[in-house]
Amino acid sequence: MSTLNYHESPLARETAVYTRVIPAGEGWMHRVGAGETLRIVDMEGNQAADTFFFNAGNLDERYSATDTIREQGAIYLTTGTRLMSNLVRPMLMITADTCGRHDTLGGACAAESNMVRYALEKRFMHNCRDTFLLEIARCGLPITKRDLAHNINFFMNVPVTPEGGLQFADGVSEPGKYVEMRAEMDVWCLISNCPQLNNPCNAYHPTPIEVLIWEA
Amino acid sequence: MKPILEETLPGGAMWSMRLAAGKRVRLEALGVGANVSALAYNALNPLDRLNVPDTLKALHTAKLTRGHVLMSDMGHALVSITDDTVGWHDPLGGHSTAEMVARAFGVRTYQEVRNEFHRNARDNFLVELSKWGLGLRDIVANVNFFSKVVADDSGRVRFVTGHAPAGSTVSLRTEMPVILVFANCPHPMHPAGDYPRVPVKVIIDGAEKPGPEDFCRTFRPECGRALELSERFLLGSETLHA
Repeated sequence: MSTLNYHESPLARETAVYTRVIPAGEGWMHRVGAGETLRIVDMEGNQAADTFFFNAGNLDERYSATDTIREQGAIYLTTGTRLMSNLVRPMLMITADTCGRHDTLGGACAAESNMVRYALEKRFMHNCRDTFLLEIARCGLPITKRDLAHNINFFMNVPVTPEGGLQFADGVSEPGKYVEMRAEMDVWCLISNCPQLNNPCNAYHPTPIEVLIWEA
Repeated sequence: MKPILEETLPGGAMWSMRLAAGKRVRLEALGVGANVSALAYNALNPLDRLNVPDTLKALHTAKLTRGHVLMSDMGHALVSITDDTVGWHDPLGGHSTAEMVARAFGVRTYQEVRNEFHRNARDNFLVELSKWGLGLRDIVANVNFFSKVVADDSGRVRFVTGHAPAGSTVSLRTEMPVILVFANCPHPMHPAGDYPRVPVKVIIDGAEKPGPEDFCRTFRPECGRALELSERFLLGSETLHA
């Protein structure tokens, strides 16, 4: 196990201007203004929060995992990580993290990738991509499947070995762990609270997460 | 078999082609340290496109080599890597932009140096994708053939210089109708200095259909299921791609 980087937030939850619990298997799409802080709480532990961002002023600009990894020179996300866009600009900065590190290599589960990974019969299980597609269909913005690229999996642990292996390990998260990020531009945040039951990313027991927002 | 097409991409070049299922696309590096940034789309539905995370998690790998199947976000096998003399192709580093190339190698404009100007993969992708009605929104995480990026135990990543020797080859078999897009541009993590300019030959000929014992199909059960989903797709598209 490599380094985990713990950093607590000075923000008190009573001062948050927005709070919302997202049950397992549900989605959330919300605007976060430049300077505002978004916190995601893993309420019961070991729950993956699949998260994606669009620049609210230019929807063609979106979160990019490869640009984020390369620009920080590291594959795990934690305090200090700048979440970069496909135009290689910082969208948000992670300002606090009590989990220690987060994944951005694993992408989101989908009906079709579940068929490939587990069995063709898994097609009909609920999955993150369906949640994403429903949220963007409902949001009233010109965002389509074309605009979904690979996301962040907050609270998920996907170690890469020096030999180039990729593992899906048990979570490093616990009840009440959180990650916090400050928006550097106006963004739309899209979250699927992951319903995956086929691997340990949710400890085989998907649970709620909470989102909180603080003003600038 | 006599190649259907043989073409050398000079350093900095862009290339794209629509190919039916059952073709072999062989890339041959004509010098040391080549890098070809690549994207792939289902030719009949480009919304169905290369998905690096789905590929990596299905294969439990952070590098690509022989036996691996490059998968779309719809679970399809787009192309399989049927042969590889290199052993490690990079799916993590992304691709170069004008700013990165200027920072690492300086600016050389067309006005100054004609076709030796310093091109970058992002602009090349935008130009080639436009020809298929695609654009920025369709650019997703790409593969960098011939390049290697390693992560240490703490997650720090490092680019390995001069990874693929001259003469290295990698062969891709198309498993469904695809649009392949290549940018023969420097890897975005390539150290600063002279603009690396390694020509890469593209050789296309026919490939045998993957049988039940095919190396890629049996490499992992996930590869077999992705191939099965591509075969399902073809079943529904026979009249379309005839």
